[in-house]
Amino acid sequence: MKGQLILENGARFVGSLFGADANIVGEVVFTTGMTGYQETLTDPSFAGQIVTMTFPLIGNYGINFEDMEAKHTNLKAFVVREKCDFPSNFRNEMNLDDFLRQQGVVGLEGVDTRALTRILRDVGVMKGVIMKGDPSDNDIKILMDSMDNSDVIMQTTTDGIYTVNDTGRTHIAFIDMGAKQGIVRDLAKRDCRLTVFPADVSADKIDAVKPDMIFLSNGPGNPLDAPGTVDTVKALIGKYPICGICMGHQIIGLALGCKTKKLKFGHHGGNHPVKDLKTGSVYITSQNHNYIVSDYPDEVEETFVNVNDGTCEGIRHKTLPIQSVQFHPEASPGPLDTGWLFDRFLKEI
Amino acid sequence: MPLDKSIKKVLVIGSGPIVIGQAAEFDYSGTQACQAIKDEGIDVVLVNSNPATIMTDRGMADQTYIEPLTAEYVEKIIQKERPDSIIAGMGGQTGLNLACELYDKGVFDKYGMKVIGTSIPSIKEGEDRDSFKRLMERTNQPIAPSEIVTDLESGLLFAKQIGYPVIVRPAYTLGGTGGGIAETPEQLEVILSQGLRLSRVGQVLLEKSIKGWKEIEFEVMRDSAGNCITVCSMENIDPVGVHTGDSIVVAPALTLADKEYQMLRKAAIDIINSIEIKGGCNVQFALDPDSFNYAVIEINPRVSRSSALASKATGYPIAKIAAKIALGYNLDEIKNAVTGKTFACFEPAIDYIVTKIPKWPFDKFFGAKRNLGTKMMATGEVMAIANTLEASLLKGVRSLEINQYTLERKSSRERSTVELRQRVIVPDDERLFDLAELIRRNYNMDKLAEITGMDPFFLKKIKNIVDAEEELKKHKLTDLSYDMLKKYKKMGFSDKGIAELVGCHANEVFNLRSMLGITPVYKMVDTCAGEFEAVSPYYYSTYDDTTESVPSDKKKVIVIGSGPIRIGQGIEFDYCSVHSVLSLEKAGVETIIINNNPETVSTDFDTSDKLYFEPLTEEDVYNIILLEKPDGVILQFGGQTAIKLANFLDDMHVPVLGTQPKYIDEAEDREKFDEMLEKLNIKRPKGKAVWSVKEGVEEANKLEYPLLVRPSYVLGGQGMEITRNEIDLVRYLTDAFAKDAKNPVLIDRYLGGREIEVDAICDGTDVLIPGIMEHLERAGVHSGDSISIYPPQNLTSEIIDKIVDVTHKIAIELNVIGMINIQFIEFKNELYIIEVNPRSSRTVPYITKVTNVPVIDIATNIMLGKTLKEMGYSTGIAPQTDTVAIKVPVFSTEKLPRVEVSLGPEMRSTGEVLGVGHSFTEAMYKGFVAAGTTIPKPGSTILATVRELDKENFLPIAKKFDLLGCSFIATEGTAKLLSDNGIKVQTAKKISEGVPNVLDVIRSGMIDLIIDIPKKGNDAHSDGFKIRRTAAECSVSIMTSLDTVRALTDVMEQRYTPNSVNIISLSDIK
Repeated sequence: MKGQLILENGARFVGSLFGADANIVGEVVFTTGMTGYQETLTDPSFAGQIVTMTFPLIGNYGINFEDMEAKHTNLKAFVVREKCDFPSNFRNEMNLDDFLRQQGVVGLEGVDTRALTRILRDVGVMKGVIMKGDPSDNDIKILMDSMDNSDVIMQTTTDGIYTVNDTGRTHIAFIDMGAKQGIVRDLAKRDCRLTVFPADVSADKIDAVKPDMIFLSNGPGNPLDAPGTVDTVKALIGKYPICGICMGHQIIGLALGCKTKKLKFGHHGGNHPVKDLKTGSVYITSQNHNYIVSDYPDEVEETFVNVNDGTCEGIRHKTLPIQSVQFHPEASPGPLDTGWLFDRFLKEI
Repeated sequence: MPLDKSIKKVLVIGSGPIVIGQAAEFDYSGTQACQAIKDEGIDVVLVNSNPATIMTDRGMADQTYIEPLTAEYVEKIIQKERPDSIIAGMGGQTGLNLACELYDKGVFDKYGMKVIGTSIPSIKEGEDRDSFKRLMERTNQPIAPSEIVTDLESGLLFAKQIGYPVIVRPAYTLGGTGGGIAETPEQLEVILSQGLRLSRVGQVLLEKSIKGWKEIEFEVMRDSAGNCITVCSMENIDPVGVHTGDSIVVAPALTLADKEYQMLRKAAIDIINSIEIKGGCNVQFALDPDSFNYAVIEINPRVSRSSALASKATGYPIAKIAAKIALGYNLDEIKNAVTGKTFACFEPAIDYIVTKIPKWPFDKFFGAKRNLGTKMMATGEVMAIANTLEASLLKGVRSLEINQYTLERKSSRERSTVELRQRVIVPDDERLFDLAELIRRNYNMDKLAEITGMDPFFLKKIKNIVDAEEELKKHKLTDLSYDMLKKYKKMGFSDKGIAELVGCHANEVFNLRSMLGITPVYKMVDTCAGEFEAVSPYYYSTYDDTTESVPSDKKKVIVIGSGPIRIGQGIEFDYCSVHSVLSLEKAGVETIIINNNPETVSTDFDTSDKLYFEPLTEEDVYNIILLEKPDGVILQFGGQTAIKLANFLDDMHVPVLGTQPKYIDEAEDREKFDEMLEKLNIKRPKGKAVWSVKEGVEEANKLEYPLLVRPSYVLGGQGMEITRNEIDLVRYLTDAFAKDAKNPVLIDRYLGGREIEVDAICDGTDVLIPGIMEHLERAGVHSGDSISIYPPQNLTSEIIDKIVDVTHKIAIELNVIGMINIQFIEFKNELYIIEVNPRSSRTVPYITKVTNVPVIDIATNIMLGKTLKEMGYSTGIAPQTDTVAIKVPVFSTEKLPRVEVSLGPEMRSTGEVLGVGHSFTEAMYKGFVAAGTTIPKPGSTILATVRELDKENFLPIAKKFDLLGCSFIATEGTAKLLSDNGIKVQTAKKISEGVPNVLDVIRSGMIDLIIDIPKKGNDAHSDGFKIRRTAAECSVSIMTSLDTVRALTDVMEQRYTPNSVNIISLSDIK
């Protein structure tokens, strides 16, 4: 069935709908990863967003239920040039179309995704709607205006407290801002016991479990929309080692007195070079964020920087055991070059 | 680390002549390296024996030596130039081996040189089979278990340990002779005992078969600080078992989920970190399609064919970056020239699909065994970019110039299903079309995947194309709506393809498409999938709505490239295209290149102002012309590929610069050409086109034997033969008319004289001949396979005057503006014309270098309207230089099973080397050395077998060898001749006389040179053919023309050694 992606600036992309049957609104972003569409689909950081893949062929190796980054998808819609209906891979369990339908995600194929990407690059991230047929201007406006992504963190965080790997030696209070399972896996693999808290957890509740470390996960949206997490972290500074990734990094930054800024079109992909300012080494990293940390107070230092645009990719407190990175050492999807960071985080204990 | 300031002068070693497996990609990488080094203000000393390359041009390096690539010569160059550093990985396997040899001999230490880039010990770790095995163990990387065995028993035992099937690879036999795959112990017994017998050293490598696993490649880079990136992944459509150079390859890998992809990427990075690569490296994996199991197949610690492909597929200039790394820079200190913003330390993201298809020489070598296996046979390749795999594949297919515009191939259609099924299991060059045909016949897709080992994903993509073809066949052109036509164009179908399927002319599809407004747009290759604004003017077509290529309103010219490297159309034409672009640039004209060969300098995005990576068909070229509206199109430099567009472009009223299409046509049309010669009173060997055996025999009697016969419908000497009597003629004609009764056979009087060749430049008034080239072998040997000498050594001034006069007349009469190539025969003091090509020829790079006349620059300027006089040249021959330069052809016949080895009218060489000296013999000596010909010494053994016709001519030559202290082994007739004349000779048994026979003598390694003058070639059953094949496969030098042998004895009499000859740089040629 014919569908259209209509951007806030009026640009239109006509394609064929697949997946779930709905009209939706979201923030339109692109990601340049050439593999890993399944991880992208299930990454909670994309909550509230319409994600377009720059790679022109998606669905080619199907969907398996091992590579899920969350129990379900969180994005609003998935825009591709060509969806593959005959996936081939020994782990393939389902094709893309069926998966999206089952997950309630709208798909649009047959789009000139390169033209779309170039608009997003030039104009910046925008709102967009995907609608069936030929909607009226009024319908478009109503749907466009209805977008509210301020609550995406609470939509993706855990409902209740739960634990992972109960026999693990190191106890981590894990604040789920909309966490990818990859981070949980990487910590559990290193003999960590995780108590997972929702994003709006209070400092008292964390104190109550007496963790060895506090870890803040990735998550969707604007860190300033986080439901009190910044204050929670502020209250815990100095009491525990604190580490974080992506949104977690931004929350830590805000708690330490840094500011955050929105990028024009964000970093989304698996090919971003990041320089370790201490060693000078450069690593290729997986990234997925629209906001960055900036304006550090004196006690905070930058640890990693993006080679392409010089933006902040990691910080640490000069005296306290607090550090975080903007990129994704857990990969999934993306390069495995910085997996060692988890060991470095755990050394803060 | 920034630039290493201690580096002041770098030695770069090229890859030598083009051979199968080592082609134009190393001219591309070497040229990039030279430029990257020079950009830093560092001097470059270059050595490469191949004169057809762009890297060996004046101005590319500070000092260029076209000298043999042997340790002795390179040491002499080092001694003279005293470079402080050497970069080893730019000249393919040849350059790498040479660097290793020099390192082992202590030459670098002796002259205080350091190896920059990847170190020699690192290189050796990757190259040597044993240390590679240890490296893999150290880095915990799995490899297919293997062992070298010397007897049957231990082989069977090892196979039992690793499990069947096992691959048997005898050591030191080329073309995979005697190898195979054994599924059972019984089969292993047979194959292994044969392999042990055939191996010169009695060694066989047994390896666990991973046939059917996916073959995945990664191009990785690492700098001295240990920063690593992967530039590109590639997936072979053909599973493990077919050499990657013979596989259809897609980029990026398409059937891997992120987990598998990252697993292999990490393995590649771990490996290059472990051996401390400083530059580029290629890592090949085999991946089990049913698990996460993988095996590392091999690594290439240098730039390679795959890295050239990866560079063109992504826009990431691997060779340039590798050179910068060698100079000390780290990846994060090198700017990405494509975006101008980001750095080299990132991984390209691509948003399109690239397909590479090999170009095989089997259209030239129909007798060849075409089965693809572990030894590469392709001479070149095409690359196509599109945003679906279907479109990418279809673009690739039509780029091959095999007259295929769909996947439906006549030969495949005519095969039975059983035959097709067999043929897709044991692949050859037509597998893609055989697969399509089986799919068309509704062969079970699952079974197809099972028997071919190909991923079902790729087969389904082929099926999509086949289904669309079948759908189109149900329609007439008039049925096609906008939506339908747009759908097929998006899928990659050409107008011609659609026309064939709906049954109309391509023009009609074009007209319909134009009427409906369905035109292509052009997207940019930018290394970053659109994430950053890019400045690289590198485009491919799609049928989307938004275009990224914005034509300028400057004066502009399109130069049409020459497509894939093939026998007869090699790197020389890329040289011409690139030089034309440089001249146009100097003249202030915007330059646009269209080409589809990923191995070349012309398809480097910063060679021209704009690059369109597109097929060179009428439609694809015309689409670009419609967008760009160029002031002119240059066809003369793109070989036959470009020239064949002439009439079409003329019909479309596109301005063709230089010689006008109707005159090109006149030169190519035999009748018109004959009329012209008659009018000008110029002689050519008498001849006629005949339509039947009877007519042929009658005509032959009028013309007199020997006769040169060839089919009229093919070019480049295919199927050409010299017949000496009626029996041979009747056999030839019967065969030719059985193959094709619709076209005549051309019969010409064969004149066994001296061949002469000129390239000339004409401005319509004056005609400049940069130099005359004399061929060493007499007429009958294809000009591309002859040894060619400049300046001529045996021509009288009368003949030279005549050559100048005739060249002038023809060029003027044909209204040539730009280049013309003419081939003559001097026979009994008369000059005959045998061929005229109204375009640049393969000798242009050679003649440019040895005469110091910038041929392409002059020709390009003439095409822009200048005259020779304005540029300071006059009519006639340019002043002669005081050196002798001899071009020697190089063959790859050892890589092509069942292909004739002897010289003949069909071109077989793949490349060439140049010998430069102060005399004929000195230049010839270097030419032989550079070509790898063994020059016999006192005590050497020569195997001789000479046809009756030439016995008398052979005798004086044999006496010379005898005097020079060589001994002979000969077959019966030749032995009798020698012993009757007092020359000591041993007789070798004929093949039919049992073992050990002449073939065993060759295999024993005791022969230094074979002289085999055949009665006729191309008869796979004859003893001579087998002798020549065995010689090629055992790498024993062989000469099949007495003219060559005579030159060899002349050289031997001078008793040259590497120390007694001088090295000559290009700047010494004056």
